[in-house]
Amino acid sequence: MAIVAFLIKRLMQAVLVMLVISLIGFSIQDNLGDPLRELVGQSVPEAEREALRDRMGLNDPFLEQYWRFLGNAVQGDLGISYHFKRPALDVIADKFPATVDLVIGATIIIVLVSVPLGCWCAIRPRSWLSRVAMGASIVGISIPVFLTAIFLIYVFSVNLGWLPSFGRGESLVEIVPGWTTGFLTWGGLSHLILPSIALSSIFLPLFIRLIRSEMMEVLEQDYIRYAWAKGLAPRRVWFLHAFKNTLLPVITVGGVQIGLMLAYTILTETVFQWPGLGFMFIEAVTRVDTPLIIAYIIIVGLIFVVTNTVVDLIYTLVNPTVRLVGAPS
Amino acid sequence: MNWIATRMTAFLGSDVLYRFRRDPVAMAAFAVMAAFVLAAMLAPWLSSMNPHDPAQIDIMNSEIPPVWQAGGEGAFPLGTDIQGRDMLSAILYGLRISIIIGVFAVMVQMTLGVVIGLVSGYMGGKVDAFFMRLADIQLAMSTLMLAIVALAVFKAAFGADLYEDLAIVMLILVIGFAEWPQYARTIRASVLAEKKKEYVDAARVIGLSAPVIMARHILPNTLSPLLVISTVQVANAIINEAALSFLGLGMPVTMPSLGSLISAGFEYILSGAWWITTFPSIALISLILAINLLGDWLRDVLNPRLFKG
Repeated sequence: MAIVAFLIKRLMQAVLVMLVISLIGFSIQDNLGDPLRELVGQSVPEAEREALRDRMGLNDPFLEQYWRFLGNAVQGDLGISYHFKRPALDVIADKFPATVDLVIGATIIIVLVSVPLGCWCAIRPRSWLSRVAMGASIVGISIPVFLTAIFLIYVFSVNLGWLPSFGRGESLVEIVPGWTTGFLTWGGLSHLILPSIALSSIFLPLFIRLIRSEMMEVLEQDYIRYAWAKGLAPRRVWFLHAFKNTLLPVITVGGVQIGLMLAYTILTETVFQWPGLGFMFIEAVTRVDTPLIIAYIIIVGLIFVVTNTVVDLIYTLVNPTVRLVGAPS
Repeated sequence: MNWIATRMTAFLGSDVLYRFRRDPVAMAAFAVMAAFVLAAMLAPWLSSMNPHDPAQIDIMNSEIPPVWQAGGEGAFPLGTDIQGRDMLSAILYGLRISIIIGVFAVMVQMTLGVVIGLVSGYMGGKVDAFFMRLADIQLAMSTLMLAIVALAVFKAAFGADLYEDLAIVMLILVIGFAEWPQYARTIRASVLAEKKKEYVDAARVIGLSAPVIMARHILPNTLSPLLVISTVQVANAIINEAALSFLGLGMPVTMPSLGSLISAGFEYILSGAWWITTFPSIALISLILAINLLGDWLRDVLNPRLFKG
């Protein structure tokens, strides 16, 4: 019963957060420029403007307009981009696959590097590799992601000329209609390498430290001592008994970080001129393309809320010892 | 303010200072940080020109390489940028702006976070639940994302010109408001631990009011975690400011911080003018690294329970 109550509470909270985000989005619309001027220009006489305002409902009370905005938003209508002259949601759907490619690329690098390195640092904390990794991780935290990106471009594109410095390239493969990926051709992959490394650089130190400290904690537990006492092979103790139990907290933190990654995609995409959501958003800001700005805020807010809710739910389901937030303790 | 004095003598007599003297990394980090802060404060006297004053900039001096490269001039030891500004002066003034924003933003965070954390931890109940859920939600959204969106909206609403004048205040407020949960959570956790102790009961029994107990009795005992997160938070605030300026949402090129200097130089890195981006980047990274190393060391010293490293 408690789990159902928790579920309902969590979902209601998610809806509430989305309402707040949409309210913020809507109030931006009211304050950023005059939608009428964007549509008809300056030359239309005042009387005609007023009539148009009335017809478009721009003179209605705030709440009524907000309600209409919500109704449209739920039906997938977030207005028409001033710059692209197309529905804002279509523009976002166009840019979305590029950002997903980047996030997947960075996630692969993070998993492949931080898991072995984090485990090694926990198993052999005094070895030279662990010391180097720990030292490098504090340096890594101190370098802003856009500087890593610039450095990579300077070394690998400008000086060595090995990898392209901007864009996604031409050889993209369309896996389903409207969804392209760069993972299936060398041309696409070569464009993905530098941006993915840059994006992963900010999360690597965090994950290496997290996996290390979780694993160290687990290695102190009684059941690990017992496994040693049974005379199991070290590899079996480390990877079967210890590592499995460090995964849960790592996945929870990781799930939240995937949402955080979207913020850093803005920086990475700007440096690499990657045609994804983040670059689109910064361009929309420069052009004061209000509908697109609002659509971005709402979509990204939705992604945050969904990932956090799902991660929370999975965590409570998988780990029954956790106290349900909001349930009587 | 008697407790500050007693606190200071306690600090000087504690083993913090002793361990500091024996840790070369901490001492080096502190020296680098102090040097940067000093250079930032003395910027007007150390630099050969005022990079904010258009009258002192000569466009004929643009893109001069550093002094040790062919074509370098002794008057511009680190070269000049695209507008003919001396890079060394621009970096010193930029450092100043970055540090000012970092420190003031953290003061905003601290004020908000300490008040909310104290009230939340001391009152408990509905107030506590409300603020902590708010903190959860805000942290889940990511500071950088909130700051980018907020500044983007302000920039679009104010127009680019007005925004340039207000940029420094907006950056302080936005970075300040975005990160209060870090403080609120830390303070709340210490308050919950302190609240159970007898001295709080004693204070309540002699009839002191809740605000007095919170500010005069509990707060002084939460100072060490406050100190630890403050160092890391200053580093974060400076990084975030640099990122926002890099995106064109922060300080304008006419009054550049380290981030806007890097951003301005990025366009010219492909044409060979590497020094415009490189020197501000080195300054930014060394400053943040020094603060982070110091923060790490402080955490180890003040929280012996935690793992080392």
